[in-house]
Amino acid sequence: MSKRIDVNDLNVYYSKFRAVEGVSINIEAKSVTAFIGPSGCGKSTFLRTLNRMHEVIPGGRVEGEVLLDGDNLYAPGVDPVTVRSQIGMVFQRPNPFPTMSIRDNVLAGVKLNGKKIAKSDADALVEKSLRGANLWNEVKDRLDKPGAGLSGGQQQRLCIARTIAVKPDVILMDEPCSALDPISTLAIEDLINELKNDYTVVIVTHNMQQAARVSDKTAFFNIAGTGKPGKLIEYNDTATIFSNPAEQATEDYVSGRFG
Amino acid sequence: MTSTAVKSRAAASGRAGDKIFSGAALGAGVLILITLFAVALFLLIQALPTFSADPAEITGGEGFFAYIFPIIIGTVIAAAIALVIATPIGIGVALFISHFAPRQIAGPLGYVIDLLAAIPSVIYGAWGYMVLAPALVPGYEWLSQNLGFIPIFEGPASQTGKTILTASIVLAVMVLPIITSLSREIFLQTPKLHEEAALALGATRWEMITTAVLPFARPGIISAVMLGLGRALGETMAVALVLSTGGLIPSLIKTGNQTIAAEIALNFPEAFGLRLAELIAAGLVLFLITLVVNMIARAIIARHKEFSGAN
Amino acid sequence: MKTDQDLAPKQPTPPSRKRNSLAKGKLPKWAIPATAAGSIILGAAASTLGGFAIATFAIYSALLFVIAATIITSLVEGNRRGKNALATYLVYGAFLLALIPLASVLYTVLQKGIPGINMHFLTSSMNGVTGAVDNATVENGTPVIGGAYHAVMGTLLITLWATLISVPVGMLTAIYLVEYGKGGPLSKAITFFVDVMTGIPSIVAGLFAAAFFGLLLGPNSRMGIVAAVALSVLMIPTVVRSTEEMLKIVPNELREASYALGVRRWRTILKVVIPTAISGIASGVTLAIARVIGETAPILVTAGIASNINLNVFADWMSTLPTFIYYQILTPTSPTNIDPSLQRAWAAALLLIVMVMALNLIARLVAKIFAPKNGR
Repeated sequence: MSKRIDVNDLNVYYSKFRAVEGVSINIEAKSVTAFIGPSGCGKSTFLRTLNRMHEVIPGGRVEGEVLLDGDNLYAPGVDPVTVRSQIGMVFQRPNPFPTMSIRDNVLAGVKLNGKKIAKSDADALVEKSLRGANLWNEVKDRLDKPGAGLSGGQQQRLCIARTIAVKPDVILMDEPCSALDPISTLAIEDLINELKNDYTVVIVTHNMQQAARVSDKTAFFNIAGTGKPGKLIEYNDTATIFSNPAEQATEDYVSGRFG
Repeated sequence: MTSTAVKSRAAASGRAGDKIFSGAALGAGVLILITLFAVALFLLIQALPTFSADPAEITGGEGFFAYIFPIIIGTVIAAAIALVIATPIGIGVALFISHFAPRQIAGPLGYVIDLLAAIPSVIYGAWGYMVLAPALVPGYEWLSQNLGFIPIFEGPASQTGKTILTASIVLAVMVLPIITSLSREIFLQTPKLHEEAALALGATRWEMITTAVLPFARPGIISAVMLGLGRALGETMAVALVLSTGGLIPSLIKTGNQTIAAEIALNFPEAFGLRLAELIAAGLVLFLITLVVNMIARAIIARHKEFSGAN
Repeated sequence: MKTDQDLAPKQPTPPSRKRNSLAKGKLPKWAIPATAAGSIILGAAASTLGGFAIATFAIYSALLFVIAATIITSLVEGNRRGKNALATYLVYGAFLLALIPLASVLYTVLQKGIPGINMHFLTSSMNGVTGAVDNATVENGTPVIGGAYHAVMGTLLITLWATLISVPVGMLTAIYLVEYGKGGPLSKAITFFVDVMTGIPSIVAGLFAAAFFGLLLGPNSRMGIVAAVALSVLMIPTVVRSTEEMLKIVPNELREASYALGVRRWRTILKVVIPTAISGIASGVTLAIARVIGETAPILVTAGIASNINLNVFADWMSTLPTFIYYQILTPTSPTNIDPSLQRAWAAALLLIVMVMALNLIARLVAKIFAPKNGR
C-alpha cells in the first residue's frame, strides 16, 4: 500500500511571505525519511505541504509539484480531502478527540466521513490498527473509555492507530515525540521501525539522535536568517549525513556547532 | 469498502455538503445584518407620519420635538441617578469578590450576585411598586423637610413613593450585576506581578489596589459603566410599574417625569394611527441613544484589548 | 451627621497595651469586635430617638462602626492602615448592600407568591374572571378564582418559537465567524452588528417586530409569533456570543487531526468541533432562554394580552407570565378589590422566578456534567 513521493522545485508561501524555497526531493516507498534542521527552517511547513495541511492556515499556498506515485497533489481538480485520506499525519502534541472513546478515536476517520461499517469489520479494524500501533495489549480492556484518559505516549500511539485505520499510503509525523518522556519516545521509535514495512514514513524531528536511530535517509533544512525562506541543504543516506556530509552547514549542525 | 469508486462518490457528495454548510453559515450571518437594517428601516417607515404631521396633532400639541424632549431628559435623569448609585457599589462588590473575599467562597458569592441579573425585570418592577416605594416614603418625607431647599428634593414628597428616584434605585439594582461582572473580570486580569510588586514594597491591600489594580482596570470600568448606562436607558418595566408619571420636573421625590421606554410600554397597547407612529418614533430615538452609548463602550473595550494585547 | 461625631469618641477605645514586639503597634484582637458591639448598641439607642426602625438602626450602626473602627485603626496602627481599614469596610459594605435587594426580592416573591400557588391557579386561565368575581371572592372570603395556565402556556410557546428561530441562526452565524469568516470584512461587519444588537433595548426589539409585521399584515397584527420574533432579536446576539466563545476555545489541533484523517470541513465542524464545545454552547443557549423568558416589554407590544387559553402562536393575542404579572398589578381585574389580582400576580412571579432559576441551574449543570472528560 505504500507509495513514493517526488517533489519538484516546491515553494511555499504564507500570503506574501515565502517560507520554503525551491525544494526538490525524492522519498522512497517503504522507507523512513527524517527532516532535521534548526527551528524555523521550514521543515514542518514543508512536511505539511506533502498532504496539503498547510492550506488550513489562511494564506498558505504553494508553487511547484508534489507527485504521489506520479500523481500531482496540486493538479487542478484534486480534492485535498482525498489527498489527506491517502497521506496521513501525526502531530507534535497527541490530540485524540476528547469527546470520543478509544475505539471511536480509532474509527474516527471512517465514522466522521459518514461511511457505514459493519460492527464485525469495525472490531477487526480497531484491533488491527491498535496492534499496528503497539497499543492493543494496553487498551483492549478499556476500549470504551475516553481516549484523553491515556498517558501522553499512549495517546500518541492512539493517534498513530487512528491514522493507520484510514489505510494511508504515507504517514507524516511532525515531531511526534517532542511532547513525550524518554520511555514513550522509545516506544514510538520502535513503532516507526515496524511501520516502514507497510508505509512510507516521513518524520520531522529536532532530535538528531532520533533521526540517526530511526531513519534510512535524512534531509537537512536550513535558513539563511530570520525572514529568509528555508531551503533543503542536503539529502542523503542517514549514515552519510551524520558521518560524512557534503556541506559544511550540515556538518556544523550535526556536530552541534550551531542550531 | 474502500474501493476508489466508493471513495470518489463519497467525495463528490461531501463536497456538496461543504458548500451547503458554509452557505448556510454565511446565510445566517447575512440574515443578522439584514434583520438589523430591517429594524432601522421599518422603525423609520412606521415613524415617518410623525415628522410630516401637523405639529398640533402631536401629543401635547407642539410638535414631536416638544413631545419627546422632556421624556428624553427624564430617561437620562433616571439612568444617570441609577449609575451614580450602582457604580460605586458595583465596583465595591467586584473588588470584594476579586480581592477581599476568601478564595473558596469568592466563586459562589459571584454566582449570588449574578442571580441579581437573572431576576426578570417585571419582578423588579413589582418589587419596586409594592415593597420599595412604600418603604422609601419616610425617607422622602425627611428629605423634603430637611433638604427641601435643594430643587431636586423639593416637597411635598410623594405619599406613594412612586417617584423617579425610586425608579432609579430599581434601575440601579438592575444594572449593578452588569457593572459588577464586567469589572470583576477586569480586576481578575490584573497582572499578578504588579500586585505582588506592590505588596512586596509593604503596601497595604488598599494601596495595592489603588496602585496596581484600579489603573489597570480603568478602561474596563468605564466601559462596564457605559454598558450599564445602555441597559438603564432602555429598561422599561422598572419605570413603567414604579413611576407615577407626569411632566418634567426637577424634584426627584414628587410624582412626575417619564422615560421613553415606559412611555411606549404604557401607551402602545391602546395606540393607533398617528399615536402609534409617535411611539415608534420615540422608540427610534431610544434606539439611537442606546446605540451611541453602547458603541462608545465597545470602542473603549476594543482599544483596551489592543493595548493589553501589546503588553 | 452631628450625632455620629458626638458619639464616635465615646467608643470604648482599646488601650494600646504593649505586647510581643512583632505585634507591636497592632490593635489587639478584641478591639474590632468590641467596636462593632459598641456601634450596634449606640446605633440601637440613636435609632430609638426617632421611633425605632430596622433601617435606621442598621444605617446608624454601620456608619458608627465604620467611622469608629477607622479612627481607632488610624490612631493605633497609623494613617495608611486606617485608610486600608476604611476601604475594607466600604467594600464589605458594598457587598452586603447589594445583597439587600436580592434578599428582599426573593423574600417578597416567596412570601406573597406561595399563598397563591395551587392546582387551580396552575390549571385554569383568566377566562370569565371579571371584577365581579373578584369582588365576590373578597366579600365571601372564598379562594381566589382564575389562574395563569394560559400565561404559562403562552410563555412556553413563545419562548419555544424564539429558541427555534434563534438557535440555528445564532449557531450558524457563530460557526461562520469562527470557522469560515476568519476576520474578513464580512465577519467584522457581523461581529460589529451583533454587538449593536446586544445593546438594543428590549422594547425597541418589540417595536421592530410589531412594525415589521404591521407592514406585512396590517396594523395591530398581534400574535405569539410576532413576540417570538421580537425575543429572537434579543436572543440571537447572546447565542452568537456564547457559541463563538465556545468554538474559539476548541483547540485547533483537533480540527487539524480531523482534516489529516481526510475528513471534510463541515463534518469536522459538526462531528468534532461542535461536540467538543457542546456543553458550553448548551449552557449559553439555556442562559439566553432564561434571559428572554422574563422579558415583558417586547411581549406587551407584540402579543397583546389575553385572558383565555390560546395555543396557536400564529393567530390571536396571547399572554405570557411577565405580561400577566404586569397587567394584574397595573390594571387589577377588580379596581376596588385588588387583593385577588395581587395574589395572582405574585404567584405568577414566583412561578416565573422558579422557571428562570431552574434554567440558570440547568445551564450550570449542563456546563459541568457534559464537559468533555479529561479534555485539554
